[in-house]
Amino acid sequence: MTRVTAKKAEPAMKVTLEDLEPMTRGAAFLGAGGGGDPYLGGLVARAAIEKYGPPAVIDVADVPDDALLITIAGMGAPTVMVEKTLSVEAAMIAFDALEKHIGKKVFAVLPVEMGGLNSMVPIALAARRGLAVIDADGMGRAFPEIQMVTYHVYGVSTTPMVISNEHHDCILIETRDGKRAEDIGRAIATQMGLNVMLASYPMTGRQAKQSAVKGTLSLARGIGRAIAEVRRKGDPVEVLLGYLRTTPYYNKCAVLFDGKVTDLRRETTRGFAIGHCKMAALDGSGDELEVTFQNEHLVARVNGATRTIVPDLVCFVDRETGEPITTEGLRYGQRAKVIGTSVAPNMRTPEALAVFGPKGFGMDEPFQPIEDLMEIKP
Amino acid sequence: MRIGVDVGGTNTDAVVMDGAAVLAWCKTPTTADVSSGIVAAIKKVLDDSGAATSAIDAVMIGTTHFTNAFVEGKRLLEVGVIRLGLPASRDLPPMVDWPAPLKQAVGDHCYLVHGGNEFDGREIAPLRESEIAEAARDLRRKNIRAVAISAIFSPIDDTMEQRAAEIVLNEAPDVALTLSGNIGRIGLFERENAAIMNASLADLSRTVVSSFKQALDSLKITAPFYISQNDGTLMTADFVAQYPVLTFASGPTNSMRGAAYLSGAKDAMVADIGGTTTDIGMLINGFPRESSVTVDIGGVRTNFRMPDVLAIGLGGGSRVRGDETVTIGPDSVGFRLTEDALVFGGQTLTTSDIAVAAGQVNFGDKSRVSHLDDAFISRALGAIHAKLEDNVDRMKTSAQDIPLILVGGGAVLISRDIAGVSEVITPDYSSVANAIGAAIAQVGGEVDKVVSYEEMGRDAALAEVKREAVARAVAAGAIPATVEIVEIEELPLAYIPGGAVRVRARSVGDLQKL
Repeated sequence: MTRVTAKKAEPAMKVTLEDLEPMTRGAAFLGAGGGGDPYLGGLVARAAIEKYGPPAVIDVADVPDDALLITIAGMGAPTVMVEKTLSVEAAMIAFDALEKHIGKKVFAVLPVEMGGLNSMVPIALAARRGLAVIDADGMGRAFPEIQMVTYHVYGVSTTPMVISNEHHDCILIETRDGKRAEDIGRAIATQMGLNVMLASYPMTGRQAKQSAVKGTLSLARGIGRAIAEVRRKGDPVEVLLGYLRTTPYYNKCAVLFDGKVTDLRRETTRGFAIGHCKMAALDGSGDELEVTFQNEHLVARVNGATRTIVPDLVCFVDRETGEPITTEGLRYGQRAKVIGTSVAPNMRTPEALAVFGPKGFGMDEPFQPIEDLMEIKP
Repeated sequence: MRIGVDVGGTNTDAVVMDGAAVLAWCKTPTTADVSSGIVAAIKKVLDDSGAATSAIDAVMIGTTHFTNAFVEGKRLLEVGVIRLGLPASRDLPPMVDWPAPLKQAVGDHCYLVHGGNEFDGREIAPLRESEIAEAARDLRRKNIRAVAISAIFSPIDDTMEQRAAEIVLNEAPDVALTLSGNIGRIGLFERENAAIMNASLADLSRTVVSSFKQALDSLKITAPFYISQNDGTLMTADFVAQYPVLTFASGPTNSMRGAAYLSGAKDAMVADIGGTTTDIGMLINGFPRESSVTVDIGGVRTNFRMPDVLAIGLGGGSRVRGDETVTIGPDSVGFRLTEDALVFGGQTLTTSDIAVAAGQVNFGDKSRVSHLDDAFISRALGAIHAKLEDNVDRMKTSAQDIPLILVGGGAVLISRDIAGVSEVITPDYSSVANAIGAAIAQVGGEVDKVVSYEEMGRDAALAEVKREAVARAVAAGAIPATVEIVEIEELPLAYIPGGAVRVRARSVGDLQKL
């Protein structure tokens, strides 16, 4: 097991069994309606930690500049994952194959997507491989495509990447750019059963420092803890917002709406499940919210006016408990509060917005930060 | 004529119905052997109504027996679990997240073997029959008598589960088998859990069903009997003996269906006010609205469709505290009401005492609450109504006022108007709404599968699913002409090519021979 000497006086952080529940809850929140239910991912991580011990967590700042990091994530369809479950073995095969291809010993596992079930895959793999996991990812939320990450935005090549599955099929892909990696990778993943593990974005510590969204593993845990505490502290959503305001990225936050689902339409376009959810206000004001989602929520509009738009986060939470609600869990008549939050500054630059801003999802509308749309004072 | 029976943890209720009319009803204590309580209840209603046993067309029974047995971990069989899925799903064996006592109760006899299907129907791996036979022999050596078989994507293709069942029966002809594809929906863990639960109840279900049979035999009732399931529809006795798990949430469903029937309301809120809690649920088109969250039974995740019921700590035995600010519950004196409440000579102020003091109902000794002043009584009533009001509002789906139907013994607590409610209805026979819900139940059929709109076209695909749901209702005993589709849900599947959509359809129809 890689031993990390913490530079600070405090002992090195580890992901323990006790951390998993808050982390999965926080990851569900960061999933912004998508990313897959982290419950199964949490079980896989639990099994790995019980057997192999808790993996150490390292700050990006503490990674040597020339150290090799590799990302790991599940790729496929949530519906398939709930049948075939996640394969840590497949993750090992993909990860090891990419390490071998690069010909250099890997230093640690780098998460790519902290929202949804992919938050748990790096933890499970790190435990199994006896490696540390980096406290960072490439978005601090969930997104549907491989190239929709800050690593890609800030110049890290998506490939070489390796896709593997439970059959030990193992495919190395090199492409010219990230979007081609997504298209080719998805076609292969479909053939391989739509439940594959993807090792990608091999990078140096220096590149990670320049491109990652830092501290998101800790943030997922913090959000999950805040939600767990709400039952003792009064209005759950206020407690959650209170915590978010203390975070470095999600601090511009507001309740966008408090209502009941009055209409829910789903359609499949370009291979993605596009949906629209309408809500009516509970206060009898007649106000109406519409959220458009493509796996994750993209935009929330109240009475037609945009209130929060991607990459800023739009999350549904239970009014009573603060528990995050995924798009698949939305039902007609359900009562929920909708929360909007800002995201990390490196997610909102022009280069980043070109990849996963509104245009990246086919919306003809400029990105506007939530603090402007909701007039949130700094 | 029909007899409806509700076998609860405390009471066994029975009604005799002729068409829409309730001829007689009664409440008797549930007995340890179940059957003598049923006999007593049915005997009483037959006597009271003067109905001849030969005039009875059917007996419908609702019971919480299996749910209670599973949650308590009592009288469960050890279960052998065979999952067809390798090389997939290896990292998460069956029952990994079960609470330890239940896992212990059903043993930990899990076998992961090759097999299962991909989302598009391809085989993950061919079935290795020798692996299954070996597992079956091992189970026989361990003297395990119940077996659950699950396969990846069996709701799409259950051929492998069926073949595995043949192999197991060939090695161990006497085991009670449950195939996950026959019970559950997509979601391997939840479906497998349901199959394991069901298998663990195999002995108990045979015993209970035969005790029902004995009860009817001893009364010389030869009419067929049915047992109600989660969605408020009926199963034949033989079917329940095989699938006891399908009765798990029938209690609240029956009470809501009974409320709908008694009040004639199709879209309404129902509050079933008992001694300790009030269950609030919403009727849509005469059926309970279903819950959208994963349902946890005794700490085990399932994907059953359960009625969306909000249970709150308000009942006839709820404790009343405070003076200027009055609080109600959530704790209750429960079944000790007739000893602990003031009007029954006890020392505890309960909601029933308030109702008696306010003159809403007359039982016990009213003089024992004469010291309560009117202003306090009014505040306490205010608190009771506010609690119901808040929670009715939580369950509402639109700002429109809707009717509120009160059932259960605690309905006497409510005397004032409720905000957001167009009218409060307390129907006759509301204290036996459960048994009536069982008596009026229909039969249903359900299909949940993934279809390709690109291949079949949406209309053709939906028509096929509907046809299948109707066929299932007819197979369950419905009169074909009465079967209608009551629910259809489409969920496009993200990332899956070919326009794959998960479609769920539910049908119900009237039972033959009524």
